[in-house]
Amino acid sequence: MSRTIAVVGASLAGLSTARALREQSYDGRIVVIGDEVHAPYDRPPLSKEFLAGTASLDDIALGAPDDEDLGLQWRLGTTAVGLDHLSRSVLLEDGSEIRADGVVLATGARARRLPGGDGLAGVHVLRSLDDAIALRDDLAAGGRLVVIGAGFIGAEVASTARKLGLDVTVVETQPVPLAGPLGADMGAVCAELHADHGTRLLTGTGVAGLVGTGRVEAVDLSDGTRLPADVVVVGIGATPNIEWLAHSGVALGNGVLTDAHGATNIPGVVAVGDCAAAWSATAERHVRIEHWTNALEQPATAVTTLLGAGEPAPTPVPYFWSDQYGARIQFAGSRREGDVARVVEGSCADRSFLVVYERDGRPVAVLGMNQPRLFTRWRRQLRAAVPTAP
Amino acid sequence: MIPVCPTTALPPGEATRVEADEPIAVFNVDGEFYAIDDTCTHQDASLADGWLDGCAVECPLHASCFDLRTGKVSGPPAKTPVRTHRVVVQDGLVYVQPGSPADGAA
Ligand code: FES
Repeated sequence: MSRTIAVVGASLAGLSTARALREQSYDGRIVVIGDEVHAPYDRPPLSKEFLAGTASLDDIALGAPDDEDLGLQWRLGTTAVGLDHLSRSVLLEDGSEIRADGVVLATGARARRLPGGDGLAGVHVLRSLDDAIALRDDLAAGGRLVVIGAGFIGAEVASTARKLGLDVTVVETQPVPLAGPLGADMGAVCAELHADHGTRLLTGTGVAGLVGTGRVEAVDLSDGTRLPADVVVVGIGATPNIEWLAHSGVALGNGVLTDAHGATNIPGVVAVGDCAAAWSATAERHVRIEHWTNALEQPATAVTTLLGAGEPAPTPVPYFWSDQYGARIQFAGSRREGDVARVVEGSCADRSFLVVYERDGRPVAVLGMNQPRLFTRWRRQLRAAVPTAP
Repeated sequence: MIPVCPTTALPPGEATRVEADEPIAVFNVDGEFYAIDDTCTHQDASLADGWLDGCAVECPLHASCFDLRTGKVSGPPAKTPVRTHRVVVQDGLVYVQPGSPADGAA
């Protein structure tokens, strides 16, 4: 009987896994299980072009014409509810199960919600296509938008909504937005884009609660301010979808714990993408990365591990980007508290610059705003500088 | 034909963008010149800002790869090829002919 590999998750990481399996000459059966009814689609445009109405569902489809040749068996609109590690079977919500020789966990993450925010119309999170359609419809009515959380998703939604003509306020608990990924100095620089484009940014203030009956009417802040709101978007991060693995024997932490090459503690089971927390030799801990590029590149490594087919490729340098208010922000590398940020090109005031983060005089990360060409060179340089041995 | 620049202004490994109806990116690969549509078919990025690797360019935004000779996608996420354009070198000047595919391109 031919072999079966079950890929649980049908977004970028799941699809990239299926492609990598064929690329690495696996010719057995591949079953891809996805809880959404939609064929794989690209999430980044959901807060930008798709939300603005300038990209269609077709434009954001991930599938390419060549994917027909992959010969995949799709089980869309089907939630996996458990994994039996002895028989390596994936249990599905309809009671059926898929027996497999190898299992790839790629169930992603879901948007964190505001406690008590459920059930009020006009309150949104943004993670899935259905989320984006609902938010788009609500934004079309115009009015006042309050975005809770000034991370990248929050900033992109604010930017899109400004373009659509809404009155926008962004609320952030931290004193400086994006200080985690970019450091306080550069986080502050990027946050200035809000004011440049007429978005109000309130920092260092939490949300006390949402006001409204049936439909949201206002957001109460912890400092006593009441912000009137017609639409609210909650952008406060994401939680890995791993609860379904609770009794599977798979080791879990802040995600499915894997080694540097995607292997879990269960033989024949690997994990990729937003649900996986892979061991990082540089950080000396398990790191769960939610970047799009990670979901694209990591599967090739995990597939090599799963097939036992030689040396996995070295871990790529983390990379993410954000498009907001017409500015392109790109970041690559790993930044830590204490790294020194140095502007090597352009200026922050011009909203066009390249910043290199240095540790002990060595570049470890790079941030560009509207500097794609120079950024690419630096990103390459970081890639080359990363030691190949884990 | 659109004049691009003197050959000396575009050394090997370099790229430049030419404004046309649809902007065009011109590359010098070890003395050979190639021209393709500048805008990545995936989303909105300029391929002239990308990374040259042999006869392929990697998009600066999400790393799609295109073969400069054929315009074909040699790495995802892009799904659609870019158009190629014929390049002519005359009297030390580089020209592109928008709309007429490079020799050997599909
Ligand atoms: S815009 Fe070129 S790969 Fe996405």
